[in-house]
Amino acid sequence: MEHGTLRGKAFKFGDGISTDLIIAGKYAHLRSNLPELAKHAMEDANPEFVKLVKPGDFIVAGSNFGLGSSREHAPLVIKMAGVSAILAKSFARIFFRNAINQGVPALICQTDGIAEGDNLEINLEEGIIRNVTKNESYSFTKIPPTMLSILNEGGLIHYVNRHGDLKL
Amino acid sequence: MGKTISEKILSVKSGSDARAGDIVISPVDLVFVQDTTGPLTIRQFKSGNKQTLASPQRTALFIDHASPSPNRSLSNDHIFMREFAAATGCLLFDAGSGVCHQVVAEQLVRPGDVIVGADSHTVTAGALGAFATGMGSSDVAVAMSLGKTWFRVPETIGIEVSGKFSRGVGAKDLVLHLIGMIGADGATYKALEFMGSAVDAMPVWQRLTVSNMAIEAGAKVGLFSSDHVTKKYLEGQGRGREYKPIAADGDAVYERMIKVAADKLEPTVAMPHAVENTATARSLINIRVDQVFIGTCTNGRLEDMAETAAMLKKKKVHAGVRLILCPASKKIYTESISAGYIQAIVEAGGIILPPGCAGCLGLHQGALGDKEVCLSTANRNFKGRMGNPEGDIYLASTATAAASALTGRITDPREVL
Repeated sequence: MEHGTLRGKAFKFGDGISTDLIIAGKYAHLRSNLPELAKHAMEDANPEFVKLVKPGDFIVAGSNFGLGSSREHAPLVIKMAGVSAILAKSFARIFFRNAINQGVPALICQTDGIAEGDNLEINLEEGIIRNVTKNESYSFTKIPPTMLSILNEGGLIHYVNRHGDLKL
Repeated sequence: MGKTISEKILSVKSGSDARAGDIVISPVDLVFVQDTTGPLTIRQFKSGNKQTLASPQRTALFIDHASPSPNRSLSNDHIFMREFAAATGCLLFDAGSGVCHQVVAEQLVRPGDVIVGADSHTVTAGALGAFATGMGSSDVAVAMSLGKTWFRVPETIGIEVSGKFSRGVGAKDLVLHLIGMIGADGATYKALEFMGSAVDAMPVWQRLTVSNMAIEAGAKVGLFSSDHVTKKYLEGQGRGREYKPIAADGDAVYERMIKVAADKLEPTVAMPHAVENTATARSLINIRVDQVFIGTCTNGRLEDMAETAAMLKKKKVHAGVRLILCPASKKIYTESISAGYIQAIVEAGGIILPPGCAGCLGLHQGALGDKEVCLSTANRNFKGRMGNPEGDIYLASTATAAASALTGRITDPREVL
């Protein structure tokens, strides 16, 4: 799957956004009803997020994004809300792997220069983030080759179905 | 050049000379899910081309997070899991069996195993020398079907704990102190490996508490050597034949070493809303508590029930405090009944919940009201964790929790011991 250029607005979050802030455990009863579950994405971090986010927009956060639970519903509801990539200074390990496995680009970069509402353009192949609002550019850490091949296939299940095995 | 425990296990399993930074494909010896991640895992499994389990007898489904179910949709998720277990012949631990990580420790983990679970606290099994880590539903679905997964071999941070714990201080205080020191991302992508005289002397129930919280520093695994203590624990379960010794090489390469003197540790508490936000229990005496929760995969073991019963015997829980206890497994529950712990706790005013995760993740059995304060022996105090972003959660040892249940304020257990 080619991602091409991603375009959208930045939604800013701070450091240490936990999986409980992304999708709270109290909504466990909605986990088999993903469209309903996705209505609560990021709710305890920004209650307005789901109302305001548009397809293509970005989550832009500080360090250790997605710490906590292994719930893959976390990147899944972010994807279902329309977010095309998550930018953070660093990611928690399980979340990072889950995001890639769901086909959601999780990009490690310096995010201090990006403000809420900034218009961004991201070219995954070139490795460049353009801040159209501020007329600035940033680079992001290359996604490791193993994970890039999974991302490019649209996620882990698609990757394994296509290759018939887990070969790296 | 010598190897860490992670490098040793992954070398044996992958059939290669695995070193930190390498990417390896490893067979998995045990794969499991629980009822809030299991349904998505099963759906991911079913969307794969290969729809048979690699090893049904080493694939386990646990109904523990909502146990028994509080509502219709979770009940239907449980039906979905039971039907999958019946169709594939995998292991099913239904409501009432206990928290997956405790049951894995009691029945399934073997030293040297590679274990993946769709639950972040899968790291708990590192206490018995298993390379055990939490993953999401897609990774676990692939491990279920192919019997293998990929890992980046982690660098290791060595944690050397010397000396002896003083009275009223233990494994929970150690791990909270450690997370406070290195931070919630202090070990992201890394392995933690515990060593030193205090670690050698530490019984398995305490090791499980430490390994359980390795993830709260971001670690991939939290490993103990498999030694004479491990052997005795396995023998006690009738699994002595599954023991094998595992230790790092003397010249293993660690990314860094952190030294902790057990004698100097104090009863430690994590304050809202981050596990790294630690303080001494005695500095928090002005914090009033509405609910005390003792249980979970961190501190719901027989020794936690025993300690609580001993501290509460012939006393009363402070007026206005709800004390909730949850034995982490059916085995712990029945042994606590036989030993009289349950009687003592209930007479003192405690509420006993069926074995499971209870209120830990906020979906039932102890959700907080607005502005309420809970002192919990669990592993997470994130905002909203116990069902309400307007509630405050403090984390502490069982001794601190039981002491606080008696006084109604966060209390250093040495005050009441």
